[in-house]
Amino acid sequence: MSRFLPWLLVVLLASVPFWMTDYYVLHIMITTCIFIIAAMSLNLLLGYTGQLSLGHVAFFGIGAYTSALLSLGFQVNVFNVPFGVTPKPVWFAMLMAVIVAGFTGWAIGKLAFRVRGAYFVIVSISFAEVVRMVAVNWVELTQGPMALNNIPALTLGTGEFELSFLRKPSFYSLALAVAVISYIIIARIVNSRAGRAMNALRENESLAMSVGIDVTRYLVIATIVSAAMAGMAGALYTHYIRIVDPDVFLFIYTVTMVIMVITGGKGTLAGPIVGGVIFGFVPEALRAMAIKPEIQWIIYGVLMILIVYFLPRGIVPAIERFWAGQKPGDDEAARSVPGALQK
Amino acid sequence: MNSSAETVLSIENVSVHFGGLIAIDGMTFDVRSGEIVGLIGPNGAGKTTAFNVITGFLRPTGGEVRYRGVPLNGLKPHEIAQLGLVRTFQRTSVFQERTVFQNVLTGLHRSGRSNLWDMLLRTRREKESERELVETAQDLLRFVGLEQRASEQAGVLPYGEQRLMGVALALAVKPSMLLLDEPVSGMNPAETARFVKLVEKIHHSGVTILLVEHDMPMVMEVCDRIVVLNYGRIIAEGTPSEIQNNPEVIRAYLGQGKKRA
Amino acid sequence: MDQLLQHLLNATILGGTYALLGIGLTLIFGIMRVVNFTHGELYAFGAYCMYALVMPLGLNFFMALVVAMALGALLGATIELLLLSRLRGADIDTTMLVMIGAWIALQNAEQLAWTGVALSINNPFPSEPLIVGPLSVSWNRVYVFFVALLLILGTYYLINRTHLGKAMRATFQDRDTAALMGIRIDRIHTATFALGSALAAAAGALLGPVFVVAPTMGDLAAAKAFAIVILGGLGNIKGATLGGFILAFVEELGAGYISSGYRDAMGFLLIILILLFRPTGLFAQKERVG
Repeated sequence: MSRFLPWLLVVLLASVPFWMTDYYVLHIMITTCIFIIAAMSLNLLLGYTGQLSLGHVAFFGIGAYTSALLSLGFQVNVFNVPFGVTPKPVWFAMLMAVIVAGFTGWAIGKLAFRVRGAYFVIVSISFAEVVRMVAVNWVELTQGPMALNNIPALTLGTGEFELSFLRKPSFYSLALAVAVISYIIIARIVNSRAGRAMNALRENESLAMSVGIDVTRYLVIATIVSAAMAGMAGALYTHYIRIVDPDVFLFIYTVTMVIMVITGGKGTLAGPIVGGVIFGFVPEALRAMAIKPEIQWIIYGVLMILIVYFLPRGIVPAIERFWAGQKPGDDEAARSVPGALQK
Repeated sequence: MNSSAETVLSIENVSVHFGGLIAIDGMTFDVRSGEIVGLIGPNGAGKTTAFNVITGFLRPTGGEVRYRGVPLNGLKPHEIAQLGLVRTFQRTSVFQERTVFQNVLTGLHRSGRSNLWDMLLRTRREKESERELVETAQDLLRFVGLEQRASEQAGVLPYGEQRLMGVALALAVKPSMLLLDEPVSGMNPAETARFVKLVEKIHHSGVTILLVEHDMPMVMEVCDRIVVLNYGRIIAEGTPSEIQNNPEVIRAYLGQGKKRA
Repeated sequence: MDQLLQHLLNATILGGTYALLGIGLTLIFGIMRVVNFTHGELYAFGAYCMYALVMPLGLNFFMALVVAMALGALLGATIELLLLSRLRGADIDTTMLVMIGAWIALQNAEQLAWTGVALSINNPFPSEPLIVGPLSVSWNRVYVFFVALLLILGTYYLINRTHLGKAMRATFQDRDTAALMGIRIDRIHTATFALGSALAAAAGALLGPVFVVAPTMGDLAAAKAFAIVILGGLGNIKGATLGGFILAFVEELGAGYISSGYRDAMGFLLIILILLFRPTGLFAQKERVG
């Protein structure tokens, strides 16, 4: 029974465009969906490999800019050598966004995992900030703060068989499809040999190495998949909003993704979805109550602290425990797993 | 026995310095194929440091370690494990949050035949590989006697069984040589006896064993040969009876307050 | 040549304040193993205190610095007691998440309290600059440099010569042994966080009148503090002092000769380069990877 429940949910969600006529609600569902994809991708790193990567928004932004620039075309001079790209079909631009983001993930993974802990966190933040500053300052390529405008929407096929993703109902279906595929990819990875290796290196890196697991290899694989998926989310965002500026790289968006993951439950498949739904709809509810964005962020900050204190594993594990009829309180023992040993 | 067998592990003039502190000073000894060798010494003698050097967790300041003729210098721990030289850990010997069965499956990592695409597409090769791993894991748990515990969380097992779990993890890597770091410390006599049987069973299956241990009766019972470390230096080497009667060894242990000797 | 000398002078003067910022952060990491993401907000807090004390309240410029530092220490101690004291022994990722939450909350609270408008603070120094040969520098900057130097020396004295400093160093080296020797670790942690916060507030109070006071200043300061601390090695006080000057030189020369748009990117680039080639910092003696 529980095997079919997720699919029932997917069918229900897929039917939404057929009966939901309120475009505002559809809009929220689309942005929530995009954020959930990004949060799921972060969860692979944060939850399954245990790396607190705080530069995740960089992959999202790189995907957004890559897809926007390729679909618009651009002309730049690199050291006085002109270099130009003519506008490409949107599907191709989005594909390239995934590849470029994945490649960036590979490079960052290769370099950044030489360090762990606080150093890794700081290097990940720095990476995102450097990318943001390039987006602000390389005006020739990115238009800087003036933003890239008039980004085309995705269309597939031609003539009679043209399928346009310009309108909200069709875009919603696209975003949902990408989210479902992303979920399946992550589910298959974490339930495989690779997932066990990732889990092993998170729980006890030394022990993982001692059984022959190439820890760096799996960290890099996780980063590539995670970055490519975040890049896809960025590409979706670009062709939905159809304008992109350097603010997509703001640290606050990484924080939003982190909050989604830890609230829902890091290292669980459903966690980022639960967290994503909550933090996709909460800002809209707050906006409806005419609450200033500053207050919204204060609430986010305080929530983050409260979750770490009182619900360190997130909502999904808490519910699972409730259903399993177990008493809570074994958190302490489970959390105090010694990380590594004599170095 | 086995005195004519080939050398599998050779440690040549290995030194480890931490800043000004000398943890190991010019350590040299060999382990021959099929032996059970004990590495003993008072607390702080450098035994665990020696293990860390051999298995690549620590770079020696000087000297060389070879396994079956392959120099291990510069190899990462997982590469050394892949050569068949596998260790256990003193304290954190299991993945605590996983079940016993998941632990062994994790240990069988290198036996999997599927690649990332197989995993993503759930190909037949992936399914077959996983099925094989599950079968091997069941065999391994039977071998160490933990088959009843398969679905329990490893972190809540009694201490003695966690050590068995640690050995099962190491065996999952298909070692040709096993390094056991204080496997019976903290065990009661019944658990120790059970563990000794397991060590002998592993030995009979053709695995060479190097053992760090404080429990002298256990060491004397299972080892063919014993190497004694004190303050980072080898002070004696020989059969259990030779070691028991070696005045320098007795002095080293007496100096420590004669703990469990 | 004159231009280069002017850049070097500017960098030296800026470096003093950067060092102050870095020392506070590295002290907190070294002793408490906490990555203090609120550090930049304490810097902004110091600057806003300075503004509030000098402009509307009309307090003496020099007194205001002392009061701003005291308020910074108070805010720091509050953060420590409220958020961190209960997390002792938690892993570093947990405290980092809590500190990021505190950062977001503080930053937006400051934005709410002081709005987005940039404010400037009057200073009592002569408006014409001090001119030495081809070089010119404002009197306010000279003052800032010497006060920063004084505070750095004071911190060194505190750590190396006083009873509190001895307890801090003992905690730094080995928390458990220090506790066994009767050192009240709780108090050391609170004192450390208060001291680090006071230094950050001082840096803000000193630079506030030099530049303008704006809500985003905290983020930039935090980024710079991280760069400085990584340069010197996390937990290394001498390293942070030198790191402060190095960052100032790199920024000043980078802005002067490469592109001023990337001035604030220099710190991040330094972080990335250092971590790739010398992960323990330029001056590390022993490895202290968190």
